Amino acid sequence: MFGIGLLKGLFTTLKNLFGPVFTVQYPNKKVGLLGALKFHKKSPAKFIKSQPKDFLKSLAGMHEVPEYPDQATRFRGQDFNWFEDRCTGCASCAKYCPLGIIKIETTPSTRDEKEGSSYDIDVFDIDIGRCMFCGLCVEACPFDALHMGSGFERANEKRNGLVIPVDELRTAIKTPSTWFRPQIENNKFKPDKGNAEIKDYRDIGRHEKPSEDELTERWVNER
Amino acid sequence: MGPARESFLFEIVFCHLSKDPTCDSVRFINLSFIPVELNWLTFALTAFFWIFAFINAALVSVLMLIWGERRLIGKFQARLGPNRWGPLGLFTPIADAIKVMFKEDVDPSLSDKLIYVLAPVLMVVPVFMIFPVIPYGAKSFLTNISVGVVFVLAITSINSLSVLMAGWASGNRFAIIGGIRAVAMLLSYEIPMGISAAGVVIIAGSLSLNEVIQAQVIPNAIFQPLGFITFLVASTAELNRSPFDITEAESELVAGYMTDYSSMKFGLFYLGEFMATIASSAVIVTFYLSGWRGPSFLPIPGEFWFFAKWVGVIAIFIWFRATFPRLRIDQIMSLAWKGLFELSLINILVIAFMMAIWPDPTMSQLFIMTAINWVVFIGSIYIFGKILSPDLTGNKIDKRKVVYGLD
Repeated sequence: MFGIGLLKGLFTTLKNLFGPVFTVQYPNKKVGLLGALKFHKKSPAKFIKSQPKDFLKSLAGMHEVPEYPDQATRFRGQDFNWFEDRCTGCASCAKYCPLGIIKIETTPSTRDEKEGSSYDIDVFDIDIGRCMFCGLCVEACPFDALHMGSGFERANEKRNGLVIPVDELRTAIKTPSTWFRPQIENNKFKPDKGNAEIKDYRDIGRHEKPSEDELTERWVNER
Repeated sequence: MGPARESFLFEIVFCHLSKDPTCDSVRFINLSFIPVELNWLTFALTAFFWIFAFINAALVSVLMLIWGERRLIGKFQARLGPNRWGPLGLFTPIADAIKVMFKEDVDPSLSDKLIYVLAPVLMVVPVFMIFPVIPYGAKSFLTNISVGVVFVLAITSINSLSVLMAGWASGNRFAIIGGIRAVAMLLSYEIPMGISAAGVVIIAGSLSLNEVIQAQVIPNAIFQPLGFITFLVASTAELNRSPFDITEAESELVAGYMTDYSSMKFGLFYLGEFMATIASSAVIVTFYLSGWRGPSFLPIPGEFWFFAKWVGVIAIFIWFRATFPRLRIDQIMSLAWKGLFELSLINILVIAFMMAIWPDPTMSQLFIMTAINWVVFIGSIYIFGKILSPDLTGNKIDKRKVVYGLD
């Protein structure tokens, strides 16, 4: 009958009206009192005492709380995570980089008695301004020392700021992406769930080569 | 001064200013200071007060509507809508208004200057004239003119002239095509609109809007659904709102007749359209949703019912806009002439016959009439659906011939 389709369309939009909203208001959203209490996990009295200004703002629905999008664990972010303890300075990453944007300078280590058995890394700069995030450096790393990061807030006003210097790589909080590192995904680390920080390189583990049976299971039986 | 004194809204301001002994009963507090000899002055002051109040109320309600429409459409489309500036994004239209005011006012060299300037004004001013004649409550109306229905229909159709003026005066091809389309569409939809309003007038036996409301023992939307649907669709088209916003179809005509307008002139068009939506909703509430009448056992004033229905009708317009995609111009014209025109004719014929049989219907007769109207409504919609959409009839369609939706 004429008009049924129109009613169907109206009903579809009506369902949206009472359904969930899909917008993620990164970096912050404005919440009212209930939203603020839910975010801060405080009782109303405590909230008034500790943050009186925020309380007044939240009454008008103007209190800003951060909101982040759900991230895929294999998301390749703008920062790189590097574990110096694992790095031998072999410069595989620099050799494999198609754009040549990784700069490594090493000197023979003075820590080791036998000179030349390991190297100190003086410079390890990654110029992400020219990086295309192909991840070949991460694939090439024979010791799982270099990881793609999961951060995405490295916008900068100067090109210089887009170079990640070695000091930053050393001191930065490590939140590696699980891209090409499936062992992280199997561990408790969930970069998308906020449980992202890795303090020690040993926690990550190595990607062990799957056994013949596992390979058969994965590639033959499943297809 | 006679007829204006019938209006309660007018009387209450007038009597608090004037020492006129005839209006002692209306005064709440006796602070009136203007002597009876200067009643003309009081009259003018009262008129200015209400003009000021109504115009400002209309402007503020447009700001509210802009916010509400964007917000509600956002919800309809599972997103948020404006939410950054002010609580719930309430200040967004104010920011918009400031932005529009400070834009450069471009004056195209090929334009017909006088008409170019007059068109936006003509868009806004008539809409202001609808608000005073609408009865917001049993006593709350400014003027009760005896030809209210005709007045409202006449005033609402002025904006098609404004659209044509704007299109012509811009000296721009997009604008003139938009203007011509607008006039073709608005004139076509004027006819079903007028004819379905005639159904309302037949029931009421009067052209006065007050009596139209008094006559609606059963709201006209339930009593004559066919008339309600045709009127609703026709007034959506009359408002240039989606899905009938072919006059400003971005994909074809840039912005239609508004292409060359900028700054506050564009703002006036924008304002006029939104205000026309508000005014038209008030007209629909008056004609079809029994205006200020509500369940009489509840101790709630009629003004509340009126405003509740008003907001509801505006929400329905927004709902339409969020749902339906834009129709093509040929589809729009064929819907007007092959669909709504005949449907409104059927409606007026049925109503007229029934009123001829039962000139003064009792309650039970009203219910029988409602039942007949519903049967006619469903039957005629079904038949016209079969006629208008060959794809749905199951008849074999010649694939070599190009058949468009409603043709």
